Amino acid sequence: MRRLLYVLPAVLVAALAFTFAIGLRDRDPSALPSALIDRPLPALDLPAVEGVDLPGWQTADLHGEVMLVNVFASWCPPCRVEHPVLTRLTEVHGVPLIGVNYKDAPEAAAAFLVELGNPYRKIGGDFEGRAGLELGISGVPETFIVDADGHIRFRHAGPVLPEHVEQVFLPLLRELRG
Amino acid sequence: MIPELAHLALVIAFGVALVQSTLPLAGAARNDAGLIGLASSAAWAQFVLLTFSFGALVHLYMVSDFSILNVYQNSHDSKPMLYKITGTWGNHEGSLLLWVWVLTLFGAALAAFGKSMPATFKARVLAVQGMVTVAFIAFTLFTSNPFERLDPAPLEGTGLNPLLQDPGLAFHPPMLYIGYVGFSITFAFAVAALIEGRVDPSWARWIRPWVLIAWSSLTLGIALGSYWAYYELGWGGWWFWDPVENASFLPWLAGTALLHSIIVVEKRDSLKSWTILLAIFTFGFSLLGTFLVRSGVLTSVHAFAVDPDRGMFILLILAVALVGPLLLFAWRAPQMRASGAFQPISREGALIMNNLLLAAATGVVLLGTLYPLFLELVTGEKISVGPPFFNATFIPLMVPLLLILPIGTLLAWKRGDLRRSLRLMSLAAVAAIALALVAAFTDPRSTIVTALGFALAGWLFGGAVMDLLQRAGIGRSSWARLPARLVSLPGSAYAAAVAHTGVAVTVIGITASSAWQTEVITSMGYGDSQRVAGYNVTLAHVGPVQGPNWIANEGTFEVERDGRHIATLTSDRRHYPVEGTSTTEVGITSNLWRDVYVVIGEQTGDGLYVVRLYHNPLVVWIWLGTLLMAVAAVVSMADRRFRVGAPEPKRAKAAAAPAAPAPQAGS
Amino acid sequence: MTLRQLLRALLPALLLALATAATAAPNPDEILDDPALEARARALSAELRCVVCQNESIDDSGAPLARDMRRLVRERLVAGDSDAEVVDFLVARYGDFVRLRPPVRGSTLLLWASPLILVGLGGIGVWLYLRGRRDDQAAAPAPLSPEEQAALDRLLADRSRS
Repeated sequence: MRRLLYVLPAVLVAALAFTFAIGLRDRDPSALPSALIDRPLPALDLPAVEGVDLPGWQTADLHGEVMLVNVFASWCPPCRVEHPVLTRLTEVHGVPLIGVNYKDAPEAAAAFLVELGNPYRKIGGDFEGRAGLELGISGVPETFIVDADGHIRFRHAGPVLPEHVEQVFLPLLRELRG
Repeated sequence: MIPELAHLALVIAFGVALVQSTLPLAGAARNDAGLIGLASSAAWAQFVLLTFSFGALVHLYMVSDFSILNVYQNSHDSKPMLYKITGTWGNHEGSLLLWVWVLTLFGAALAAFGKSMPATFKARVLAVQGMVTVAFIAFTLFTSNPFERLDPAPLEGTGLNPLLQDPGLAFHPPMLYIGYVGFSITFAFAVAALIEGRVDPSWARWIRPWVLIAWSSLTLGIALGSYWAYYELGWGGWWFWDPVENASFLPWLAGTALLHSIIVVEKRDSLKSWTILLAIFTFGFSLLGTFLVRSGVLTSVHAFAVDPDRGMFILLILAVALVGPLLLFAWRAPQMRASGAFQPISREGALIMNNLLLAAATGVVLLGTLYPLFLELVTGEKISVGPPFFNATFIPLMVPLLLILPIGTLLAWKRGDLRRSLRLMSLAAVAAIALALVAAFTDPRSTIVTALGFALAGWLFGGAVMDLLQRAGIGRSSWARLPARLVSLPGSAYAAAVAHTGVAVTVIGITASSAWQTEVITSMGYGDSQRVAGYNVTLAHVGPVQGPNWIANEGTFEVERDGRHIATLTSDRRHYPVEGTSTTEVGITSNLWRDVYVVIGEQTGDGLYVVRLYHNPLVVWIWLGTLLMAVAAVVSMADRRFRVGAPEPKRAKAAAAPAAPAPQAGS
Repeated sequence: MTLRQLLRALLPALLLALATAATAAPNPDEILDDPALEARARALSAELRCVVCQNESIDDSGAPLARDMRRLVRERLVAGDSDAEVVDFLVARYGDFVRLRPPVRGSTLLLWASPLILVGLGGIGVWLYLRGRRDDQAAAPAPLSPEEQAALDRLLADRSRS
């Protein structure tokens, strides 16, 4: 028994080292999972962005369809990167794309959409960043997959790249659409 | 050519370290004087090789040789020379080379000063130290070669993180490393003792100076880092319980416990296996800190650019360096018999309580730091453990520790007289009450906690004075002889009193600066004045300033009190074009009683600037206290009985003469 | 693939630049007129983590998202929310990650109880150890016990050896 006690420190350290080894593998310590998964999309009421030829939106309007909610801004370089990917998703796979224009100048947002094309169905302006807080975002861009009941099923932080579409978005969208 | 030679020197040092870690062990086992002697020569050779290698890297930084990838990535021609030099260790590869250099420095120091030890034991210590060096040179050579070439060589480098271009942070890492790496020597002593299966008072005497120097450096290193945070991060905070801060605090806490448990081994031949365990874990925590900073397993503001492969390598070092000796410990420890018996109420008993509370505090900080990682791996939950948790758990463990501390110093070895100690402490209690009253009436913001903090400091300081008086024989001999007896006390007696006074000073600093801080956040234009705690601060001027490698918008502030000019302060928002980042430099006027601290912020349009003003009473006491602790450790080291390398006969004479003069403080 | 690597390399730098560009702590325009409410807001802010920073509270952070959160905290306090309601609001959106003071529940019980557990276990160990030490003394009548004598001999032997 006493002997066992003396072995304890070695065992504890070995266990700790083992834990670290697991912790080091394929883990992003700064990745933050969304607390909103499987929760209803927060109640938002976002006005149209001046100069953009699309209506704003309210959460209540969005029921009945599987869709993507994308938080973007013209000042965010990765948003430019994901823009063609999102465009393809809407054009090829017919997924409705709802925009949240985050802390942007309306004229800059309008120019951004003129330059790159406009894949969005509706765009609400979030000038103060309050909707961003409601959605629990930690940066721009972020994209949410919302099911037909208006529940958030998936959240992607950072730009959506083709491999994300293949590996995550399309399978989940297929499943949600039945 | 130089980088290639430096790299070669590192490769040779690796070979020499391999020799040092094996042959002397065999020599010690077979009592072969030739192989035993090899240990010291190898240690010296490594030191020379690493000095060349590290010196070469510093040189490459000084001349901005951008054909070296590491220099290119972390330096720039326009940097001031000081930051070219300190930039050497402002990155992973360079700081690792500094680590290894300090390792060999300690190896050579041991070879030079460890003359009082038996040759076989010294050979074993050096061999263990050699193993640590092997591991770290291998880490450098295989994953983090600082001498990698870049072809073609770029014309200009990419610069150094501006936050690191600061004198405080420039010297924080070397101090910290001397501390971390210094504990590798005490680790080596512990492992060598396990190999021999012998721990006794002479072992404690040999190891003690090394613990003191490592602990002293670590104390200074942490204090420097915290002072840097205070004046550089720009909101007057000085400790954030960040994982990396905790990583440096863990070896400090464990090292503090070790510092005290060694006294019990030395004086009473008890607490041996516990002390060995502490020595192993103290270095273990140093390695853990290195792992946390460099692996990216936790997020932290202080972390280096992270790389999982490097993380795996350090983890391997950590696992082997700890599990091996701990298995040896499991085998040897049961055979270690303590010889000194004692009552619970005794100096030993008090030191055991000290160790219990310090160990518990270490455990809490360790668990708090790693718990988010554990929980994420086990349940997938993502939580944060921040300052509110650490303040709520750490402080309640420190308060009883500091309450017991002065009583413990007044207890006799073996069997203490608690009543007598408490009677002596009644004078300290008066000091405690006096300070609490001062605190309560100085400032209306004082709470019960503020008064208790001051009382604790008075208790500690009074206890330190009583400790000296008791050692000088107060009550046992005539009052007239007291001064002479005080003067003749050994340095270690003063060291203990000074260190414990340092704790009191730090406690006052923490208590006062957190309870009585005044903060004013406002917008100011030219000529606007703002009052902060009796001081009148006027924004005199804002204008552009050009530095060697930065441009800034600098605000000049005049600080007055009752119409009397106190200081002119400048605070600027610096932009470093090379690195593309900005820093804020604060303006501080500091004296013993208060800091007035100004920070200029963004321009808010119409000629107005955001300005933050702070009045931080007694805040420098936090660092003065740590300085006292570090100095005390050096005083203790200078004590004849432990002087590194003091030849045995001389030491015997010193011990025999009771009235030997105390060494000069700080010498 | 290369694009992804590029982004990976760029993103932290971008975030860092955004995070360090602004100085810490609330701006004058955020501060509430009611000092009692403002004090509550500061205390609450110090317990909430800035989710885009490494390890800073929203009170310490200059990041834009931290500023939004500080505003939100103040808005809700002005609207009459209790401290707990404000924290719950953010936890509902960001998870327990935003709380610098982890909640007490099953999975964090070990953490919160750790001071008691460690002092308790250590205390038992110390008690057992001290009991053993005291028994030793009862069996040692002489001022210099055999063990002490042995230790002394060893010391002297050490000295002659070196």
